Amino acid sequence: MTHGDYTYKPTNAFTKWLDDRLPVIRLMQETMTNFPTPKNLNYWYTFGGILTFMLGVQIISGIVLAMHYVPHETLAFDSVERIMRDVNYGWLLRYMHSNGASMFFIAVYIHIFRGLYYGSYKAPREVLWLLGIVIYLLMMATGFLGYTLPWGQMSFWGATVITNFFSAIPFVGESITQWLWGSFAVDNSTLQRFFSLHYLLPFVIAGVVLLHIWALHVPGNNNPLGIDVKGPADTVPFHPYYTTKDGFALVLFVLFFSYFIFFNPNALGHTDNYIQANRLVTPTHIVPEWYYLPLYAILRSVPDKLFGVILMFGAIFVWAFLPWLDTSRVRSCKFRPIYRQLFWILLVVIYILGYLGAQTADDTNLVFWGLELPIGKLLLARICTFYYFLHFLVLTPVIGLLETPVPVPESISKAVLAKKGA
Amino acid sequence: MAHTTDNANVTRRDFIYVASASAAAVGGIVALWPFIDQMNPAADTLALKEVEFDLSPIVPGQIVTIEWQKKPVFIRRRTPEEIKEAEDAPLADLKDPQTDDARVQKPEWLILVATCTHLGCVPSNQLKGDFGGWLCPCHGSHYDTSGRIRKGPAPKNLAVPPYQFLSDTKVLIGAAPKPAAATAEHG
Repeated sequence: MTHGDYTYKPTNAFTKWLDDRLPVIRLMQETMTNFPTPKNLNYWYTFGGILTFMLGVQIISGIVLAMHYVPHETLAFDSVERIMRDVNYGWLLRYMHSNGASMFFIAVYIHIFRGLYYGSYKAPREVLWLLGIVIYLLMMATGFLGYTLPWGQMSFWGATVITNFFSAIPFVGESITQWLWGSFAVDNSTLQRFFSLHYLLPFVIAGVVLLHIWALHVPGNNNPLGIDVKGPADTVPFHPYYTTKDGFALVLFVLFFSYFIFFNPNALGHTDNYIQANRLVTPTHIVPEWYYLPLYAILRSVPDKLFGVILMFGAIFVWAFLPWLDTSRVRSCKFRPIYRQLFWILLVVIYILGYLGAQTADDTNLVFWGLELPIGKLLLARICTFYYFLHFLVLTPVIGLLETPVPVPESISKAVLAKKGA
Repeated sequence: MAHTTDNANVTRRDFIYVASASAAAVGGIVALWPFIDQMNPAADTLALKEVEFDLSPIVPGQIVTIEWQKKPVFIRRRTPEEIKEAEDAPLADLKDPQTDDARVQKPEWLILVATCTHLGCVPSNQLKGDFGGWLCPCHGSHYDTSGRIRKGPAPKNLAVPPYQFLSDTKVLIGAAPKPAAATAEHG
């Protein structure tokens, strides 16, 4: 992994002394500053750093919010309002945390689809990819638990619907849901345990992120060409080249984040969550947060309860098999003329699923940006769900075998120089 | 190894390994159980077993929602047309076949746990759906005037809680009907 130049050399008596006892400076230098990184990474590769930053934002803002929030069914809603109105800068902290969750998901989706496009899941990076899926699942769980805490109508009914997924399990489903609730429905006991777990899971995420970074550092970064690093000419040290690039991208991302915090803080939320939870009335139109919408559309497209839940979870678990489903030896979509198009079709299909997930649960024609289309929402959701699984389970392995890729460049360095006309 | 029993391969040390590993495994499971079981409904939650409700203010055609065991319960005073609709529904059309008679103690009073059997939302009293009963707003399950699932993703009919009529205008939800009383109602 470390080529000659990149090895840490202690320079003074103290660092030599420390290096023999706890080589922490060596670890930091070799994994962060000196780390040899392909010289052709583009801006899509900056989202790993952005995600690390967002995890920090969520943990820090969450710890301070927990100093003011009260996890009790009669006090939770009011304590959130108190944070908004009375606690010094409480509004800022809460808007950072609630919009931060959305930003975290925007960044993670870009990060995931970047990995899909450039084939970053392929050998030797399968474990890196699988750890990424674990992080994503933990993020979904954390986001869901956190959304319950304000104890508004969407919190309560979102929690009800999600926990009821487990009631689809044959025979023991009802016992499991009551065990999750600690009651016969979502209750105070549910709120308190959700708070406890919402506080815990981000630290679990941080732990898996360390493993994810470790798994990244064994083979090193993939890159937009998807070819292996052949020698020192193909890489630059992470610092200052990518600390600068990541830093610049982070500044732009924080500007985007700030727009939501300061100018449109409730754009990504739902107004019904400003109504306190009422266990006797379900809002007429319940929708999950935007980042779950495609999955929600898959769930609703199936008329059978158990099968709907299985398909919804299957939509994520299918990613875990991707390194073995993709039969092409070429990583990057840059050199895969057919698969590249399938990638964009998949993105459109997921977007349509997301759009459908936000619609009401009746089977009328789809109205897309004010235009009524001659297709029922349910039928369209079923077609898209079918295509989603077709993409991963059939098209990916088959196209990998049939497609003739464009020849890949000899090395990163040659490709970069050719592009610059040298 | 020094000390062998009649079977040359099994030593006393092997016995100690197996015994200590078993003790650790059983001990581990026993120690884990309280951490799992604490999640189950606590004694005070279980104590919320029964609720008494006065039916006299409810007019025919009206539905009220009350709370029992933290769950919403519908009490619907059905009109003669609604009863007829429920009784006339052909069993072959039902996803979870059940006669209306099996779901009520007195045909006029339909008492149901108001939790959609799909994913637990409360079906809407305003949106009655295609079958005059309830429509669940979350995922579009339609229930008829007997609370039976007719269309949509829910697998089962709305559940009938245990209840007994204390008098003509008082109902106790959460208590199974007294056999004698139940027969009298049906007769």
